[in-house]
Amino acid sequence: MSGGAERIAARFQALRAEGRAGLITFLTAGDPNYEVARDILFGLPEAGVDLIEIGMPFTDPMADGPTIQLASRRALDAGMTVTRTLELVTEFRARDRETPIILMGYYNPIHHRGVDKFLAEAGAAGVDGMIIVDLPPEEDAELCLPALQAGLSFIRLATPTTDDARLPAVLTNTSGFVYYVSYTGITGARTLDEAQVAASLARLRRHTELPLAVGFGIREPEQAAAVARVADAVVVGSALVDIIRGAAESDGGIDAGLPGRVHDAVRALARGVRGARMGGEG
Amino acid sequence: MAIEKPNSYRAGPDEAGRFGIHGGRFVAETLMPLILELESAYEAAKADPAFQAELDDYLEHYVGRPSPMYFAERLTEHFGGAKIYFKRDELNHTGAHKINNCMGQILLALRMGKTRIIAETGAGQHGVATATVAARFGLPCIVYMGETDIERQKPNVFRMRLLGAEVRAVTSGSRTLKDALNEALRDWVTNVEDTFYIIGTAAGPHPYPELVRDFQAVIGREAKAQMLAAEGRLPDTLVACIGGGSNAIGLFHPFLDDTDVAIYGVEAAGRGIETGAHAASLTAGSPGVLHGNRTYLLQDDDGQIIEAHSISAGLDYPGIGPEHSWLNDIGRVQYVTATDDEALEAFQLCSKLEGIIPALEPAHALAHVARIAPSLPKDHIICMNMCGRGDKDIFTVADALEVTL
Repeated sequence: MSGGAERIAARFQALRAEGRAGLITFLTAGDPNYEVARDILFGLPEAGVDLIEIGMPFTDPMADGPTIQLASRRALDAGMTVTRTLELVTEFRARDRETPIILMGYYNPIHHRGVDKFLAEAGAAGVDGMIIVDLPPEEDAELCLPALQAGLSFIRLATPTTDDARLPAVLTNTSGFVYYVSYTGITGARTLDEAQVAASLARLRRHTELPLAVGFGIREPEQAAAVARVADAVVVGSALVDIIRGAAESDGGIDAGLPGRVHDAVRALARGVRGARMGGEG
Repeated sequence: MAIEKPNSYRAGPDEAGRFGIHGGRFVAETLMPLILELESAYEAAKADPAFQAELDDYLEHYVGRPSPMYFAERLTEHFGGAKIYFKRDELNHTGAHKINNCMGQILLALRMGKTRIIAETGAGQHGVATATVAARFGLPCIVYMGETDIERQKPNVFRMRLLGAEVRAVTSGSRTLKDALNEALRDWVTNVEDTFYIIGTAAGPHPYPELVRDFQAVIGREAKAQMLAAEGRLPDTLVACIGGGSNAIGLFHPFLDDTDVAIYGVEAAGRGIETGAHAASLTAGSPGVLHGNRTYLLQDDDGQIIEAHSISAGLDYPGIGPEHSWLNDIGRVQYVTATDDEALEAFQLCSKLEGIIPALEPAHALAHVARIAPSLPKDHIICMNMCGRGDKDIFTVADALEVTL
């Protein structure tokens, strides 16, 4: 195992040692433009983010709600490409060698670039893992298996429709952690049901020893804290992207204070996650 | 890359839903169990003679099948070459081939106990056909339609509403068919328990391309029998237009192993391939993954999807059904193009000479017929799929001809 997978494992090991859950944030590469996205990204570890998901912009994000669709649109309009996304990771990695970076997106831009070429470039840039929404286990030969071979983690989504019969197929070849999608639907559509999530995680733990992250529907520090009591990591996306959207759609446009406001929101979420010490899971 | 010729051109897809490298199941995990459930339900329905009998009964008495095979005598004389036949699928209830598939899918939905229907539509023909069958069987129906298409297809929007469907405007992306498909998928991923998604073309994740093809193949089966009855032999050439390609695969599929029959699929060249404003994914695109399948797509250097353009809203899609992509790769079907202007010309010619106002979609097929017919011998038989009628297009055509209604 090289680079990527190790960095994710080391981070979850450290979190376990601290006896707390991690905070994972999602932001789209190049949203609202390369420079501001870079300023936001660079400040995330200091604001309390433990693992970073970077969205790869795509014209047709079928599993995303309006907030993340518009983030993709803003980034693409500002000239973002796969090449620039990897440059962003390279720049980050030159300053931070510990925080895992996970690219999240759709398969076509990778398919078009060529899987082997992309994996080599992503590894060299310092990417640790990938979440590709439209690649279920039935299509593992496409990217999942080559990624594992290249030393990158392939993190799979488990959802409320993934029943016990299907779970083993979903968990085979999953590495790094498992991302549990808290509800059926698109990103940012509703809030999660904490009791349902707790029950689902208990079911997942019967099938895997991998860390379990929970995403979709977590906006407030209190929700993050509640999920942090039962999960190994909490993912927040749309709530943060909405801050960028607010600035982009305001009369004044993007202002110098935007990165700071995103970081403040992240700090509040991190306090929520860190304040919820996990009981007996360690 | 040399691709070995298969024993049969009609054997696909394989178990993974592939036609060669195309097809597959590129969907979010939330949808995967639903797609597997659909696959097994369809397998069971196919094996159940009662299902086929029920479908045949509705096709005959509700849809109005078989559709006629018509000898287009005046167009034949006009071109002075090959003998031209139209497979008259525009005479179906709702005015296009789309209802063949909708009838099959809604019977499948009922069989699966689903209680809510969703669909996407571009020109509105599939939306109207879906709203029609949903009304007939009393199921609530939501149709996603791009805001741009709603504007240019107002009569069909009103038809859908009369039929009791809710038409939801899609404001994301290019606000056309591809975005309507995205939005329908977003609905499906949200309403996993009760909803059946009636996809309108032979594309999407497996088993949709197979299932839609099978429901449309009634066109080709009838055409074969009708040509034998009329001429005592199979046609020499088949021609059909291609957006996603459901009318074309429906006509072509029963003929694929009759290798003496030449087959042409006609893509929309819009304002011309060289202008970039077209919808010709096979002619000018490359393989990629969108809407659940690998297939030829219009995309840029970064793998971002490019908006398609065609005067025909029904062909205005940056992808194509995966079976067509495979038939292209192995060379069994020749894919050609026709521009907006060529389609407009064919549209007017057919109206004047045959008294048939074709939809702008099959007008593209006719434009190719116009290209090849004159130089072919008089005993050469061309069968073209007249897959839709043109009433819906009169406003678009009036605009293009700068006529004020």
